[in-house]
Amino acid sequence: MPKTRLNTALRLASACVLGLSLANPAHAGEVEVLHWWTAGGEAKSAAVLADMLKARGHSWKDFAVAGGGGESAMTVLKTRAVAGTPPAAAQIKGLDIQEWAKLGFLTNLDSVAAAEQWDTLLPGVITQVMKYQGHYVAVPVNVHRVNWLWINPKALAKAGASVPTNWTEFVAAAEKLQAAGIIPLAHGGQPWQDATVFEAIALEVLGIDDYRKAFVMHDSATLKGPKMVEALTRFAQVRQFIDKNSAGRDWNLATGMLLRGEAGMQIMGDWAKGEITAAGMVPGKDILCVATPGTAGSFTFNIDSFAFFKLNSDDDQTAQRALASTILTPEFQEVFNLNKGSIPARLDSDMSKFDSCAQDSMATFKSANAEGKLVPSWSHGLATTSQVQGALYDVLTKFFNDKNADPVATADLMARAVRSAQ
Amino acid sequence: MRNPALHHAKLPTVTLGRLFIYASLIAMAALYLMPLWVVLLTSFKTTADIRTGNLLSLPDVWVLDGWLKAWSSACTGVSCNGISGYFINSSVMVLPAVAISTLLGALNGYVLSMWRFKGSELLFGLLLFGCFIPFQVILLPMAQTLGWLGIANTTAGLVLVHVIYGLCFTTLFFRNYYQALPGEIIKAARLDGAGFFTIFWRIVLPLSRPIIMVTVIWQFTAIWNDFLFGVVFSAGDNQPMTVALNNLVNTTTGAKEYNVDMAAAVLAALPTLLVYFVAGKYFVRGLTAGAIKG
Amino acid sequence: MLLAHPQTASRPWRWSLSLERALPKLVLAPSLLLALVCIYGYMAWTGYISFTSSSFLPNYEFTGAGQYLRLLENDRWLVACKNLALFGVLFIGISLLLGVFIAILLDQQIRAEGALRTIYLYPMAISFIVTGTAWKWILNPSLGLEKLAHDLGWSSFTFDWLTNPDKAIYTLIIAAVWQSSGFVMAMFLAGLRGIDASIIKAAQLDGASKPRIYLRIVLPCLRPVFFSAIMVLSHIAIKSFDLVTALTAGGPGYSTDLPALFMYAHAFTRGQIGLGAASAMMMLAGVLAILVPYLYSELRGKRHA
Repeated sequence: MPKTRLNTALRLASACVLGLSLANPAHAGEVEVLHWWTAGGEAKSAAVLADMLKARGHSWKDFAVAGGGGESAMTVLKTRAVAGTPPAAAQIKGLDIQEWAKLGFLTNLDSVAAAEQWDTLLPGVITQVMKYQGHYVAVPVNVHRVNWLWINPKALAKAGASVPTNWTEFVAAAEKLQAAGIIPLAHGGQPWQDATVFEAIALEVLGIDDYRKAFVMHDSATLKGPKMVEALTRFAQVRQFIDKNSAGRDWNLATGMLLRGEAGMQIMGDWAKGEITAAGMVPGKDILCVATPGTAGSFTFNIDSFAFFKLNSDDDQTAQRALASTILTPEFQEVFNLNKGSIPARLDSDMSKFDSCAQDSMATFKSANAEGKLVPSWSHGLATTSQVQGALYDVLTKFFNDKNADPVATADLMARAVRSAQ
Repeated sequence: MRNPALHHAKLPTVTLGRLFIYASLIAMAALYLMPLWVVLLTSFKTTADIRTGNLLSLPDVWVLDGWLKAWSSACTGVSCNGISGYFINSSVMVLPAVAISTLLGALNGYVLSMWRFKGSELLFGLLLFGCFIPFQVILLPMAQTLGWLGIANTTAGLVLVHVIYGLCFTTLFFRNYYQALPGEIIKAARLDGAGFFTIFWRIVLPLSRPIIMVTVIWQFTAIWNDFLFGVVFSAGDNQPMTVALNNLVNTTTGAKEYNVDMAAAVLAALPTLLVYFVAGKYFVRGLTAGAIKG
Repeated sequence: MLLAHPQTASRPWRWSLSLERALPKLVLAPSLLLALVCIYGYMAWTGYISFTSSSFLPNYEFTGAGQYLRLLENDRWLVACKNLALFGVLFIGISLLLGVFIAILLDQQIRAEGALRTIYLYPMAISFIVTGTAWKWILNPSLGLEKLAHDLGWSSFTFDWLTNPDKAIYTLIIAAVWQSSGFVMAMFLAGLRGIDASIIKAAQLDGASKPRIYLRIVLPCLRPVFFSAIMVLSHIAIKSFDLVTALTAGGPGYSTDLPALFMYAHAFTRGQIGLGAASAMMMLAGVLAILVPYLYSELRGKRHA
């Protein structure tokens, strides 16, 4: 209730300032926002954003398309762009932002950015993703860390295993869990989840430099090199640690198995916290969060962002800029990231309301940034175009589901797939 | 035949045969019903009940929570008003699309079967090919065309798309049906001096009721259930039911409320189910009347 | 009157006659125009795009047949094509068998025929967005039939096709047959009802057994129905998309991928529109290979008749 009253107050205030903007529709624009935040917590966050925008005197036209981590939404976006009626803002991330900007669809947000000093608020790795040829075309909403290993401490204790910090310990812990009748690793057999697990393994085996060489620069020699073969060999080992019913399982159902203690561990980005808190458990206490084996101090990032499209109406452009500025307000960043499990994109954010995992994540983000241990997650589209990402998905998911697949041949296939997708 | 012994000997085999027929029919009916049964049972369970029970177990307590939430308070994006509002969106789109495609199909079928001209068979073949085009292929060029016409993301645009890609089927249905009508009626009418439209309205259309039923049922189901065109060619305020349902069901984060999903699914399918239950017998009757005869 | 004004009388008559002659073509014209643009125009567009290097959005720079070569090298595409062949043959075959079987049973003066018919038909009425979840549960080893059998004490029962890369394609066939066989049943039931009862009577009087009558006399009469049913079923098989997305999304791995899904994933999710267009053209070529012989025999047959 207080919130609605606050909203009304804000709306009235802005109405006075803008000189009866409510009565005079010339100043009130509309933004159509394409997103796939339809799940409970996310949908609430989107609603908060809509309310904050309304408080600034503009209206929000909701355009939600759920499914497949935004796959359907991207189809819709492409057809809308081709038809010449793109939305004002759309949830687009990673290198796809560059693609859209290259085609001339995105608008320049430099005026808002300069006024609000985004360059100082946001770390360089993030602004690099949001800019095209030096101009802001997108706004980040959060930073996810992908290389998290989630652990059910009770399951681990029951099996007499300890928290693993490298691959050998991980295998030892998994074997103990298995002996105790617990599924070692909760996993859903979908290509992106397979890739998420492989990415974590590869980061340990390849190290930061070779990871960049392979997945950011697409260096063929590294892609089919001995380290990649080793990573694939370890990845193949994971097959024995998951249950046989994992095929096609959604990640949140896998997290559910972890929460109930049916499984001992899960490799998943920090969005998994949404499930943990929804179940009334405390991340960092009831479910432990540690870096995936051998990657402590490194940070694989995945950033959600909104890209802004060119619009014709001046009022709508005003509304668009208002939306961009609203997204980066500390208030929205806090509300949204508390819901989503990620950390705010602003370095000056107050983390006191966040749980220990998020605080840890923020600290690692800053230190990794300083030490050059911040790497983009290719499995979530931050390092490669969707073509390369898709080609790698195909090779890896085939490998993971084929007991007889050969790591050496598969590394070779990876290199070839990347080359042909470029 | 009157020999009692013979009669007696024959009776058991007959009953056995009947028994076999009924048993197979009922067993198969049970298999066909299973998915619907699972959906319905689940919609009446509580979330806790769903987790603990098995697929076919009856709900511990029968609750309507799932149904109420799906109807009026489930979130389909930022708004949380359930799926009730989308019935209107879908209806506004489905009714004209079905009506127009059926009427055009009837006229086309009428021409292609009773007013053939040189090359008309070839044209029919060309139209028929449209039934087989995978719809993913036409998304981008269609979007461009709708943009040029200025009806991108409007209900009118969506209706147009459904009419175009429904035409192939409606034309096929009517053409095959009219093909089976006795040609003498038309010949006689033509000799009497009746014109093209007079014959259509006065003679052919009144004979078409069975095939109209088949076509309407076919088109109504196809368009009501369509997701791909709906999601791509509509925008916020006029999104059809399937898009809202997808937003509700296909969300992978957060605790899944399967009872709400299932109740929403049944609600969304009610119109088509109703059509089949009420008009199902006309469907078979219409097919019998000749729609399927080459 | 006629003699007095021969010209004025004949002019409107001739004009209206030619209008009357042109009318059928005029009526057909809008549909043909739409088909020409929205089927053949778009196909031509797709064909052209398949010879470009279009990635994220279409571009029109001609680059040759590279996309087709890529496609042929792509293991996932080959798997998708093999799957379609297997899926198509089994799905069409089983749906026909089951449809005919149920139709014949239903044709034996069954009580409550209407209710039973509706039960077999209803799967056609519901979209797979809806039933996909239910099927996923039923086929999932840890939730569905396998668990049910275990709960009932049959602990050796296994049914894990959904999660087995070699068997998952068969679960698609099960669900597809469930959805479409009712329609086949309706077509055949209609066909059976159209058969002259006296033929069967005559055969019965000759002492032929029922199965024999159906096999030798009735089914051959239903030849056109078989053709129509195969047309409808193959169109469903080729377009199968909702089914795969809802049930397996192409998994485990990409073992249940189908061309329609492949095309969609590449053209829209992965920004490889050129490759997607090439795969679409291959699909259309496949459709032509089925459709042309059918249409040829169909239309030729009519002309001779």
